[in-house]
Parts: sequence; C-alpha cells; structure tokens
Amino acid sequence: MIRIGVLALQGAVNEHVNALRAADVETVIVKKAEQLNDIDGLVFPGGESTTMRRLIDKYAFFEPLKQFAAAGKPIFGTCAGAILMAGDLAGEEQAHLGVMNITVERNAFGRQRESFEVALDISSVGESVEAVFIRAPIIQKAGPNVRVLAEYDGQIVACQEGPFLACSFHPELTEDNRLHQYFVQMIRELKISA
Amino acid sequence: MEKHVGTDRVKRGMAEMQKGGVIMDVVNAEQAKIAEQAGAVAVMALERVPSDIRAAGGVARMADPTIIEEVQNAVSIPVMAKARIGHIVEARILEALGVDYIDESEVLTPADEVYHLNKRDFTVPFVCGAKDIGEASRRIGEGASMMRTKGEPGTGNIVEAVRHQRLIQSQINKIVNTSTDELMTEAKNHGAPYEVLLDIKERGRLPVVNFAAGGIATPADAALMMQLGSDGVFVGSGIFKSQYPDKFARAIVEATTHYEDYKLIADLSKELGTAMPGLEMSSLEPQERMQDRGW
Repeated sequence: MIRIGVLALQGAVNEHVNALRAADVETVIVKKAEQLNDIDGLVFPGGESTTMRRLIDKYAFFEPLKQFAAAGKPIFGTCAGAILMAGDLAGEEQAHLGVMNITVERNAFGRQRESFEVALDISSVGESVEAVFIRAPIIQKAGPNVRVLAEYDGQIVACQEGPFLACSFHPELTEDNRLHQYFVQMIRELKISA
Repeated sequence: MEKHVGTDRVKRGMAEMQKGGVIMDVVNAEQAKIAEQAGAVAVMALERVPSDIRAAGGVARMADPTIIEEVQNAVSIPVMAKARIGHIVEARILEALGVDYIDESEVLTPADEVYHLNKRDFTVPFVCGAKDIGEASRRIGEGASMMRTKGEPGTGNIVEAVRHQRLIQSQINKIVNTSTDELMTEAKNHGAPYEVLLDIKERGRLPVVNFAAGGIATPADAALMMQLGSDGVFVGSGIFKSQYPDKFARAIVEATTHYEDYKLIADLSKELGTAMPGLEMSSLEPQERMQDRGW
C-alpha cells in the first residue's frame, strides 16, 4: 500500500490526513526527519510558512527534505507548502527548499478579509474543483518544465513539475479530494515505472 | 467562476492554518518582529498586554489604530486585534483596518452587558473566549470562527485555563455519548443552540479550532495545554513580561510543536531567565476576574 506522509510541524495536518485516507492510502504524521525514509510521498500542509521554516531548521529537516526531493520522491504543497517548495519568493532574498522552478508571491490576494472560495477547472484533475484561498500566494512565474494546471483571474494557482505538485489554495478544507487523488495517482505511476 | 468571501469555510479555515502554533501579544513593531522571528503563527496587536491592563485599571478599549498599522507593516504573519465585547463599531474599525482576525475579548472592558457581537455580519473572522461548552456554543452560534479558553488573563497562572479546557473537553465527550433524543434537554441545560450541540456530537469536537489562552507563562504550560486537547496556544503577557522575551518565545513555540517530547522541553526550559510574575487566584477581587465578563 502507498504510504504518504504529512509534515506535521505546524498547520492543518489532520485535514490532509483525512483527505488522503479518503483516497485510500496509508498516512504518516511526520514529526521527525527519519520518518522520511518510510514514505512514498509527502504533503506540505497549509499553515504559516515562516513558522514551518523555523521548525524545519531547528529540527534538522532541511537537508533530509532536500534529499527527499532530489531522489525524485513526490511532494504536494498547499498554500504555505507551495511557498516552501518555490525556487524564488517575490520580494524576498531567500527562498526555502527551492525544489520547484517557480516564483511565488506571498499573500498575493491581500489580507484575510479578501480570502475567498471559488470553483476551479484544473487540467488533468477535473472541473469545478472546490478551492479555498486563505491569505493565499500566487505562482507568479513558472519555469519551462512546469505544467500549469489551473489559473484564477489570470494568475497561476496550481502547477506540476515532474513529481512536485503545488497549489495556492486549500483542497484539504473541502470534501472534494480530487487533487489528493491526482497526487496519489502520480505516486502510483512513479512506482510502476520504477 | 464566482468567488465568495467571508464564508464559514474561509473564516474557519484561517484558524485551521494556525493549528499547532503560538499566537503572541505584542504592543509595537519591534515585539512583533521578535515574535515572527521566533516562529509565532500570528500576533495580537495591543496597546497594553493583559497584565498591564490589569495593573492600570480603568476602562480598557480597542488599541490605537496607529499601533495596529505599525504591527501590520512590520510582519507578514497574520495580525489579530481585540475589540470590546459587543462593541460593533470597534469591530468594524478593526475590519476596515484589515486585521486578519478579531478577538471579541473579555480582557477589554465590555461595551455591552447583554449582547455579544453578531459575528456572522462580518467578513473578518472572530475568536472568542469560553469557560464551558454552553458559552462556546453560544459564541459559535453567533458566528465565532475560532474559540479559546478564557483562563484568567494577565496572571501567569495556568489554573483557570486548565479548568476551562478540562471542562470543555469532558462536556464534549458527554455530548458525543448523549443520545440524540436527549440532546435538546442538554441544549436547554447548557443554554446552548441545539444545532451547534448536534454538530459537536457528529464531529466529536467543536466545529471550530479551539486554542488555549489566559495564564500561559512557560514552555511547560504551553505543552500542558496542548496535551489537554488544545489546537494551539495564545500567550499574552507571558513572553514580553519575561526576562528574555526572544528565548522565551522560541522555547514556547518549540514546546507547542513537540508537546510530548519531555526531554526536549527540559532542554528548552534551561536558563530561560525569570518567567513573568504570577498572581494567585484567591488574591483577585471578584471585579478583577476577567473571565466573568461575557455571557
């Protein structure tokens, strides 16, 4: 059975665990770096990216996470998770893990009162997928190997680069788990080809 | 593709993103930056921390908007602010300033002795305090998107927050095990909306995130509240009234994440300097008890 971890340093961890279970995979709550050895894929949940980054450094997760990505193991980042994955952060000197060739702008839609939900068409995933945007980032620029999966208002809000999947919004806050199913399918295909 | 702002999912979801984190009271940009650097998931912008409000006495009101804007400009994490219970205009001012969350708070002097805000009218989400399931359910019924224990703010004494969290958790357990045909009577006994109790019964938990607040003064206090089932913690006076706020803030953040790793919390607790001075509950006069404000 496929085992997917959810990085549990801070944020909406249980929501991802529930969505993954509904997609019929085994889940692991990842609090220690050695747990990365036992999983086929990893989710970076929503939360506060600065907080997560501090705890990643403090608990020696940084290098193990880079290695996990370098080994081509699939990672799915939502909102703050996408910020952690970006190669560049608009207006900031340093990115975090830099596993995807994308530039992400934080809080791109404004403050919480501007947060919203909308139904999105996501290519390869489905039509009218429920998407909750909370102080959400956007993917301002995407490199040549990045496939844009969804746009909202002319901005990229979901994309994939090889084994890495990122979105600006929170599929885990809805009952609609098609994006999680898509991530699980990505892992299945990788396992078959390996 | 029509977009909807201010829905329950958007408002409650914001609080879901704060889970496992620490929200810190700050009174200026410098403190806000220390909090952000230490790994706070949000800051509460105030004119005075609760222990200073307690010491100053008189009427405590919403902070000067200058302070809120100064904090908003200093950090990229969410900024919360407090409005007086029932003060519609203070809440609207905070919403207009673009704060990310409003705390309708008993730490400030209530503006209305009968009615809390109708929080469903607002696009901005609210957090409210509760001592028991009845109070929590009423606030959720009014549209609160996040709950916290009341505790006894500004005392550095965890006993009241523990009491409130234990009571709420045991009442949730009882409701889960109450058969549906007995639930209306439970609703009557708690003064709670029936629909909210039914929602609690079905979920096995409150329908919104539930943080601990009021009296958290050390990393061990934060870890204790997490063990009692809190989704995260608010630390008011505990950080910037301690001897080394920066160290204290970092230690509390880490203890909240790893609340069952006692060896780690032991290490975090070493050479932290003096915690904030504490107050014994029996030394408080009835009118000094902030937790008794709100209904």
